[in-house]
Amino acid sequence: MATLDAKIPEGPIKDKWTNHKNKINLVNPANKRLIDIIVVGTGLAGGSASASLAEMGYNVKAFCFQDSPRRAHSIAAQGGINAAKNYQNDGDSIYRLFYDTVKGGDYRAREANVYRLAEVSGNIIDQCVAQGVPFAREYGGLLDNRSFGGVLVSRTFYAKGQTGQQLLLGAYSAMNRQIGKGKIKMYNRHEMLELVKVDGKARGIIARNLVTGEIERHSAHAVVLASGGYGNVFFLSTNAMGSNVTAAWRAHKKGAYFANPCYTQIHPTCIPRSGDYQSKLTLMSESLRNDGRIWVPKHMDDVHAIREGKLKPTQIAEENRDYYLERRYPAFGNLVPRDVASRAAKERCDAGYGVNKTGEAVYLDFSTAIMRYGKEKALVEGEKNASEARIRELGEIVIESKYGNLFQMYEKIVDENPYKTPMMIYPAVHYTMGGIWVDYNLMTTVPGCYAAGEANFSDHGANRLGASALMQGLADGYFVLPYTIGDYLSNDIRTGEIPTNTPEFDEAEKAVKDRINGFMNIKGTKSVDYFHKRLGLVMWNKVGMSRNEQGLKEAMQEIRQIREEFRKDVLIPGSANEMNPELEKALRVDDFLELGELFAKDALERTESCGGHFREESVELDGPQEGEAKRDDKNFAYVAAWEWTGDPGESIVHKEQLEFNDIELKQRSYK
Amino acid sequence: MKVTLKVWRQKSASDKGKIETYKLDNVSEHMSFLEMMDVLNEQLIGEGKVPVAFDHDCREGICGMCSMHINGEPHGPDRGVTTCQLHMRMFNDGDTIYIEPFRAKGFPVIKDLVVDRTAFDRIQHAGGFVSVPTSGNTQDANAIPIPKPDADKAFDAAACIGCGACVAACKNASAMLFVSAKVSQFSLLPQGKVEAKRRVLHMVEQMDKEGFGNCSNTGACEVECPKGISLENIARMNREYLKASLSSSE
Repeated sequence: MATLDAKIPEGPIKDKWTNHKNKINLVNPANKRLIDIIVVGTGLAGGSASASLAEMGYNVKAFCFQDSPRRAHSIAAQGGINAAKNYQNDGDSIYRLFYDTVKGGDYRAREANVYRLAEVSGNIIDQCVAQGVPFAREYGGLLDNRSFGGVLVSRTFYAKGQTGQQLLLGAYSAMNRQIGKGKIKMYNRHEMLELVKVDGKARGIIARNLVTGEIERHSAHAVVLASGGYGNVFFLSTNAMGSNVTAAWRAHKKGAYFANPCYTQIHPTCIPRSGDYQSKLTLMSESLRNDGRIWVPKHMDDVHAIREGKLKPTQIAEENRDYYLERRYPAFGNLVPRDVASRAAKERCDAGYGVNKTGEAVYLDFSTAIMRYGKEKALVEGEKNASEARIRELGEIVIESKYGNLFQMYEKIVDENPYKTPMMIYPAVHYTMGGIWVDYNLMTTVPGCYAAGEANFSDHGANRLGASALMQGLADGYFVLPYTIGDYLSNDIRTGEIPTNTPEFDEAEKAVKDRINGFMNIKGTKSVDYFHKRLGLVMWNKVGMSRNEQGLKEAMQEIRQIREEFRKDVLIPGSANEMNPELEKALRVDDFLELGELFAKDALERTESCGGHFREESVELDGPQEGEAKRDDKNFAYVAAWEWTGDPGESIVHKEQLEFNDIELKQRSYK
Repeated sequence: MKVTLKVWRQKSASDKGKIETYKLDNVSEHMSFLEMMDVLNEQLIGEGKVPVAFDHDCREGICGMCSMHINGEPHGPDRGVTTCQLHMRMFNDGDTIYIEPFRAKGFPVIKDLVVDRTAFDRIQHAGGFVSVPTSGNTQDANAIPIPKPDADKAFDAAACIGCGACVAACKNASAMLFVSAKVSQFSLLPQGKVEAKRRVLHMVEQMDKEGFGNCSNTGACEVECPKGISLENIARMNREYLKASLSSSE
């Protein structure tokens, strides 16, 4: 078994990044002009990387499958971005952000990477403000903060419920500046379908022009994958419809190890599903847990009455409500991390206390916060004897200013007014912590191929804290990759342009064309979605919020079965030489059908529970933590990096042992 | 619910295109409009026909990818929503629904309901940014306090999702609301003031080059905008433009 070298720099953790930057090789500005870099994906990681690399002088070719880089799925991130600024003077520091992230990830992340992330977090906010990102501000003109789950400080910067949008538009504007100068060549509506290796190094990609269907060759000295996560393997998730694993999976099949595929984040606050036709699930930002209280009725009679429509949630008295997060986790209450909150919701619903027809929903209630804010605002406005109705009215105004767009979104989907009646929520697949294995420099096991943002595995361990995805995407793209990639490219200053008329490109292009023709010629009987939905159901039922040995073994078998049927019986109308959304979906689902099996295999082999990965066989049986997930540090404090061998079920695991020198390994407690 | 759909079908940019009629028998009022389109496409695939191509991605009203002119209105009859947030409960059993692509000279049709909106990107390339390096070595984020009302207004303008409904709604196919939203966001913030003059001149110049029409104050764009971008922004852009034209040395 090959050993994985994470290339973590020597020295104390607080000096590692500085020392590393001082030691690595640089490329002089004149030589940067001779070097091409491909960036796949234009979300926060890809967008910021493209802009930064172009600004440094490299020639960047950026690719996105959307019609504009501004539409990458980072745009949908709602709640905020963390940074250890300590503007609130509440004891925050780089170390505390580092500690919270490692602990939140249930001690399955690489310490050195996380520390670096915390270290550069403050700069991200400086950078974004300088770019004109309109963050929320206090009346004094300074930046406002709020709290997110799993922490005891207020370090989250935000722009209403549209933080991802504003940060992405910031990165997009930085890209636009470089596109205007010709330093970035932008390829909209293009999808990467293969990685091209020359002499073992990543030297280009094969992409399909989604408008014309043309298969194109693109070469570069390095390839950066910033193609996001793979939550859509579940069919239903909060991801955008187009989000996919294809770029990452193609690199995996060309030698990039895939790490911890089973680490998936199931987000506790999403709008419950309503029917079989459902195409996606909608997130309600975690920021709502700052002010919303989660509950189900205490008594089964009330549950039944609610489901039958005889009782409204607002009619249930305070003492007959079970605020189960506040009850079970008094220290963190409604702000426990996502994995803990999701499992607690599932526990209550499995016990029969779910509050909608499907039995899969709990309440998120803002009435307490509305009255609290209303009282405060009444006093500020000089209304000392305000009536209850007036207080409620004022409170609703405050809540509107904080979460207006989320409340509007909820009302449009569910057709209920969340200012007047509690929201109904249920967990849904949201983010994947697993991804392509990278070393400290963000390089994969394929030389010259890098992975950034959600596409890599490195910073969030087995569970990501809220408002940390935006932080990681921008940290990787603005501040990490632009330095570390130079170390590799310094060897390429005399290489010259990489030609595309070589056998390697011929072969890769032929493989892509053959694959596409193969799919077009199946002419089966079922649509792509038919298979994708079946895959999603297996994933959700057997590889979802709680997993066991038998279920995982069955899942591997069933996924393999679906994959075989898919490859014999899928029907793709139209032709390959035109815009063909069904063909696009088929190529993505084909990759999901391989990833799904590896995902289940990874979950099967990790017999401990950690973060978002909950094995029913590994639970605390007694003591104060009874019923909580039980980690097994002795046997599982490692990263499982899988090597492709031609069949997902036969993949080989390589282990990167995780060392904890600056944080003591202990049980995560939010009690 | 049962609905009859009259859908614009056009094979490619060079094809002439025409309306086709489809019937759907089993539509739930809780479906989103795009989920209804998914059902239509599954039905078409089942019948061996080519499904309708349409743009969509996040399906939660923020990416700006979905378009569609529904019964004569961009994003359909509801207010403050994109097509993906429009629900079938806005329609009645037995309705006939007309579905067309966004129509504008600046947005040529690619296929069926998919249009090319890269003109918007090119307008942004011309000046939709603050020229700061991405090194992070700027001043501390709190070094310049920004009055909350300015920051809030800048945010309201920045909420534009670039979907193009404003252009599709306008009888002149004007892109003034879109362009003014970006110009306003930056002109309201101290970070954007430095380049305010050249920004507005360059962006307006590019907007004209792309073939978008002029604003004649009809206000349809504001009504149809899914994000409630205000006409105030157009007034602000006109002021900025006038100021820049009279005093810029460029």
